[in-house]
Amino acid sequence: MTTSSAAVDRGAGPVTTGERGTSSRRTASTSTIDSKRQWWGWLFVAPFTVVFLLFLIIPLGYAFWMSLHNKGLATGGESVFVGLDNYVRAFTDPVFLEGLLRVAKFVVVMVPIQIGLALLCALVLDTLATRLSKASRLLIFVPYAVPAVIGALMWGFLYSPRFGPATDVFGLFGMTAPNFLSSSMIFASLVNIVTWQWVGYYMIIIYAALRTIDPSIYEAARIDGANGLQTAVRIKVPMVSSSMVMVVVFSLIGTLQFFTEPTVLRSVAQGAIPPDYTPNMYAYSLAFSYSQFNYASTIAFALGIFVFIGSYIFLYLTRKQSGLK
Amino acid sequence: MTTDTSTSPAPTQRERRPGRGAKGGRRIGSHAFLVLMALYFVVPLWFLVVGSTKTNSGLFVGSGGALWFNDDFSLVDNIRGLFEHQGGIYWIWLRNSFIYALAGGIGATVLAILAGYGLAKYHFKGRTAYFTVLLGSVMVPLTALTIPTFVLLSDIGLINTMWAVILPSLLSPIGVYLVRVYSQEAIPSEMLDAGRVDGAGEVRLFVQVALPLLRPAIVTVLLLTTVFSWNNFFLPLAVLRDTDLLPVTVGLNQWQALSNAGAGGEQVWNLIVTGAFVSIIPLIAAFLGLQKYWQGGLSLGSIK
Repeated sequence: MTTSSAAVDRGAGPVTTGERGTSSRRTASTSTIDSKRQWWGWLFVAPFTVVFLLFLIIPLGYAFWMSLHNKGLATGGESVFVGLDNYVRAFTDPVFLEGLLRVAKFVVVMVPIQIGLALLCALVLDTLATRLSKASRLLIFVPYAVPAVIGALMWGFLYSPRFGPATDVFGLFGMTAPNFLSSSMIFASLVNIVTWQWVGYYMIIIYAALRTIDPSIYEAARIDGANGLQTAVRIKVPMVSSSMVMVVVFSLIGTLQFFTEPTVLRSVAQGAIPPDYTPNMYAYSLAFSYSQFNYASTIAFALGIFVFIGSYIFLYLTRKQSGLK
Repeated sequence: MTTDTSTSPAPTQRERRPGRGAKGGRRIGSHAFLVLMALYFVVPLWFLVVGSTKTNSGLFVGSGGALWFNDDFSLVDNIRGLFEHQGGIYWIWLRNSFIYALAGGIGATVLAILAGYGLAKYHFKGRTAYFTVLLGSVMVPLTALTIPTFVLLSDIGLINTMWAVILPSLLSPIGVYLVRVYSQEAIPSEMLDAGRVDGAGEVRLFVQVALPLLRPAIVTVLLLTTVFSWNNFFLPLAVLRDTDLLPVTVGLNQWQALSNAGAGGEQVWNLIVTGAFVSIIPLIAAFLGLQKYWQGGLSLGSIK
């Protein structure tokens, strides 16, 4: 047994018995009791570890294994090792690359809009303590309690020229409503749905962080002649930067995995959303429409690598703000 | 942890700020902004409220337009329709959603509480490495796991059962992370040591000392994991085939796809709108009722 980890400063005694022996013998010397007690740590962690292994580590490993193999009629139904062939295919596959570019575009547009709006709402709410502001805080948050599928269905109705209010609303101003479900508008329509869904949640996180700032800091800033805007930009925003980093990471990971909203909207937006609109949708249709599980796993795994690298780079760049060293 | 108790400092500052006219103007502006935002977030839901009182054809052409009630009020008929259409399968979907959300949410929370506490309060061998792997796994996109999970579950014959949805939902690395962070702040090690001197066992310390202190974290993680399971779409879509096992999200999506593709008899727009409306009531009610628990709790992740 090596004592490699820094945390093992207390219990480095000989640990030979299994988890069961820990509680039965309690009469040993102090240091042994101490080291035995640390086995309780593993006991507490054990149930989660089983689930972690079964539903994260093993599927991840299996996805990687599948991505290195092929199976099908051509191979006689046997799994054949093909090395990185699937990855070569993926990174020269225009459908995958297009999907990847598309979710990247969604990240560039959607993440700043969501975070900006959430921050703005949180900052405004932080300066007010009226009933109206409390009520708005709740109302802005409510969409978080609506499942993404229901949100997308509902917006599908609202966008629809047959059901939606758009025709009436635009008619008031003597204009014709744009077709929100056409291929030229669908990008903006999807951005709107996701923004509607998540801004409230991000706002609550940022708002909660703002409430933890010691108000005497604002007092000091006011004496130094800072106005409301300066206080917000120079003091409040930097002080909640760790929450902001967290929220951006959530939003980034979620957007790269974009799946639910375009899938639901597909049936109302005839032709505007192809079945392989995002990499996840592509992987889904490869697996469940074409039974190409190996190539689907490659797509999913390749996307996973992108998400991981993307969020890792972001966390690295913002390590000072987030406090993760 | 801040809830409504700490709302006092901001307004008093405002009061003392010089330039009264600007102050009044700014407050009106801020309120106007908030009202606009609130409208944006609520009006779409209003459409569901209004829509659920309309007949199938009333949704297209009605006296009220898309955002107001029609003359005839068919909410009761629509709800009856939900009981009749396809043998009332909607209510089975809704029940399934409850089962998936509660089983997944409670299970994931129990595992996260145990693991987070263990990681925070026991210096066991490999703890640092464990925590690093856990943090890394927060960044693993769960959808990347859906396809291999599907293949693995079908290998062991669990596909197309409730377990196929519930078991993967028990995984919540972010929950473990939150409980770990919170335990470190909220449970003093001295308190545990004092208990040990008095002869309390580790289980008793956990139940009687740690759990009460962890209550805000428990509520938050329970809400997060329950909402996650309730909202899940990709996983049930992939692992379930029987219509009887679907959660309400996947079921309504099927109705919508059928209505768009199908002929008159399959077009049940009124039932989709009513079903969507009914399905969001429980969670919205839970959030409004449990406000004081989750509002402070969601800031947990920002505590270092």
